[in-house]
Amino acid sequence: MSVLVLADHDNGQLGGATLNTVTAASQIGGDIHVLVAGDTSGNVAKAAAAIFGVTKVLVANGDSLGHGIAENVAPLIQKMASDYSHLLAPATTTGKNIMPRVAALLDVMQVSDIVQIIDANTFQRPIYAGNALATVTSDEAIKIVTVRSTAFEAAAEDGGAASIEEAAVGSDAGLSNYVKSELSSSERPELTSAPIVISGGRGMQDGSNFAMLEKVADKLGAAVGASRAAVDAGFVPNDYQVGQTGKVVAPDLYVAVGISGAIQHLAGMKDSKVIVAINKDDEAPIFQVADFGLVADLFEAVPEFEKELS
Amino acid sequence: MKVLVPIKRVIDYNVKVRVKADNSGVELANVKMAMNPFDEIAVEQALRLKESGGADEVVVVSIGPTQNQETIRTGLAMGADRGIHIEASQDIEPLAVAKLLKEVVARENPGLVFVGKQAIDDDCNQTGQMLAALLGWAQGTFVSGIEVGDDHAIVVREVDGGLEHLEISMPAVVTVDLRLNEPRYASLPNIMKAKKKPLDSITVDELGVDVSPRLTVVKVEEPEARSAGIKVADVSELVNKLKNEAKVI
Repeated sequence: MSVLVLADHDNGQLGGATLNTVTAASQIGGDIHVLVAGDTSGNVAKAAAAIFGVTKVLVANGDSLGHGIAENVAPLIQKMASDYSHLLAPATTTGKNIMPRVAALLDVMQVSDIVQIIDANTFQRPIYAGNALATVTSDEAIKIVTVRSTAFEAAAEDGGAASIEEAAVGSDAGLSNYVKSELSSSERPELTSAPIVISGGRGMQDGSNFAMLEKVADKLGAAVGASRAAVDAGFVPNDYQVGQTGKVVAPDLYVAVGISGAIQHLAGMKDSKVIVAINKDDEAPIFQVADFGLVADLFEAVPEFEKELS
Repeated sequence: MKVLVPIKRVIDYNVKVRVKADNSGVELANVKMAMNPFDEIAVEQALRLKESGGADEVVVVSIGPTQNQETIRTGLAMGADRGIHIEASQDIEPLAVAKLLKEVVARENPGLVFVGKQAIDDDCNQTGQMLAALLGWAQGTFVSGIEVGDDHAIVVREVDGGLEHLEISMPAVVTVDLRLNEPRYASLPNIMKAKKKPLDSITVDELGVDVSPRLTVVKVEEPEARSAGIKVADVSELVNKLKNEAKVI
């Protein structure tokens, strides 16, 4: 048995979700190889080779791979697939875009967004936005799996000494071209891997009020998130959204501010270790999942919270 | 140009799903069903494209039992021109759905396929990408903005770090995300009109696709419930608990 992990990266740095996916691979057993497909400087491959448990890193470096275009990356993985029993990718937007394309090219039914590995063929995954958990077995010769990174610990970033080999790049399918990105730049940790997340909802009333949360976040080393209501109201960009249709987070501490706690939102954060809710409505459903609830006006409580942290 | 929109019938998103006592699945008997919300957004986008002169026909297709015809009628009431029902009694996995849709595409020859990025029942997020692969077409996934040209489209994708703009050549498969549009409600006259719109039925066998499942569902269970904790009186008690009890800050 050997497992190929598709690395998540932005050409400059290895994405944290790759580490969690390597942990999932180690639970399956066998050799772990990591594929770095992109237009990278070499740092990503070095970081991948250092991950504890990885035995080989395959690097496919080329212009056509620079933006993770699925039509170009999928055939590359398809060609390597016969060497592996499992192909894994983190369930990031990149992994979710590419892996089903690989699966169809190989005539394999994919298992999406797993949260637990029972054995090499059997996986647990949430369905109905996490309102039920399904255990599924795959009899496919090659298992194609995407991994929910918050459900697995990160593998150690050092201790590995994998060999680095070049892999064939393949040709540009000529179907899609990258135009541009509008990425949010932030000094704060990434939402899905942050140890602490503080999120605001409709109760924040205005985008500018998120500055209050940012101050708290900077004191705690936290990431800032939002509910769908806050994103739809235009308070913050879409990549802040925590929930069924946004990002799934499971930090050590999740602070929900002015969030009522719609099922949609709970699906994205209910696996957090400790949940704090600050809301003036003491009937808000968020209090049913919160470890510590504070019924208060957030415009008084949040600045006070920030002060107490000093 | 024709736009094909595959639509799935799922448990209505407002319904709280219950796991069956024998852990074989979730309770579907006497549960309100509806069109997958992401597919509604796909129908809406196809209709807007037609209304702006960018398409001349919108065809909706659904795979499942006879009741799926209701879902197709919903799409027709929103404004789609024609429906195709692929009769199937069992649950069909995304790979087989993609193979069936590939056959429909061969018959219908659409310039674009708009489909929801995922269904809210199995949450697989696979069908659109798989269909694009089987057709050898470009794919634009998780799309929250689109501009359709003659032989290409510019799509805005919702990605983890923000937004990404791609130029995809057509024909293409586009999987739509939540913020692309707000789907319309069907008016009563349009619901009446929809009853007279053409709806063809074909069987899985007629399309010559093997739809036997590749995965086996061993069991379905309820996730562990999270119990409510305590209410704190004020901010200083909260900070105290987080520091000394939970030890998370």
